[in-house]
Amino acid sequence: MSMGLLRLLRGNKASAPVARERLQILLAHERGMRGQPDLLGVLREEILAVVSRHVTLDPTKVIVRLERGDEVSTLEVDIEVPNDFERKKVAVA
Amino acid sequence: MAKVLVVTSGKGGVGKTTTTAALGAALAQRGDKVVVVDFDVGLRNLDLVMGAERRVVFDLINVVQGVAKLPQALIKDKRLENLWLLPASQTRDKDALTEEGVGKVIADLRSRFDWVICDSPAGIERGASMAMRFADEAVIVTNPEVSSVRDSDRIIGMLDSKTVRAEKGERVEKHILITRYDPSRAARGEMLTIDDILEILATPLLGIIPESQDVLRASNVGTPVTLSNADGAPARAYIDAARRLCGETIAMHVPTERKGFMDRLLRRRAA
Repeated sequence: MSMGLLRLLRGNKASAPVARERLQILLAHERGMRGQPDLLGVLREEILAVVSRHVTLDPTKVIVRLERGDEVSTLEVDIEVPNDFERKKVAVA
Repeated sequence: MAKVLVVTSGKGGVGKTTTTAALGAALAQRGDKVVVVDFDVGLRNLDLVMGAERRVVFDLINVVQGVAKLPQALIKDKRLENLWLLPASQTRDKDALTEEGVGKVIADLRSRFDWVICDSPAGIERGASMAMRFADEAVIVTNPEVSSVRDSDRIIGMLDSKTVRAEKGERVEKHILITRYDPSRAARGEMLTIDDILEILATPLLGIIPESQDVLRASNVGTPVTLSNADGAPARAYIDAARRLCGETIAMHVPTERKGFMDRLLRRRAA
């Protein structure tokens, strides 16, 4: 009975403060980014240019992702290359 | 002196068109000469909300492109002497809105009216940026909900950087209008509070429009809500907002919960 009541109380906890906090954090970040060049787009283009100098690859298979953490963020670069990429590039050269 | 006011939001479905019609009618009722301009090219709806959908002959795009003269495209409201509508095109594409063409139309409207109220489409693309481009003032329609507040913030950023005024180093005067405010949900802590929204957006409040059946009823019959039920809570809130736009100082009324169940039952019976 008391457990049910507790759950009921917790379930009914006001969600508005959560909304407010999430918005404040998000907007502080988005305002900082405004007017900045698209960092991920630039990184993607440049990485693509460097790698394709040596390897034949499909530009749509290059994924650059930035995951924001509390302490540090991670930049993930995922490039899919065909298995015969070395031979192809040699053939072109 | 004529004022160009954009009603904008970023997010769709928050009440821009309802607000344009309601503020337009409220300002016209005060005696000002008002034109409401629909910028939602391809998805026009202001004509429908204003009850003028069967009287559209020419539209904004026709005027921008010189196919029709401005007076040919303006539709006079049947209820209010001072209220006019410039509809959007239903068939054309929003790319037909050139900056030069829109600038000319706005300048022409400025010379004929006291208020030019531009109803922005949702989003942040061409239609929305053209609607705000020449604005002196902006009403940012916001629902007490996270996605709407986020989009409003984005729109405020655009008003501060992408308008003619901003580029000249001047300011577009901005106002937040909170719509679809539900007092009972606010009381339960389920909805962002007015203070939360104003603090986050750091922009002054123009008014709070309560969620109400009146608004749907008004659009059903094609009458601005300030005319269809002038004594209702949303109409009164819009009329106060219009007075604030004219520089009057009026105490802000925060909608509170309706009375008891019996009251509501009786009110329904009576209605």
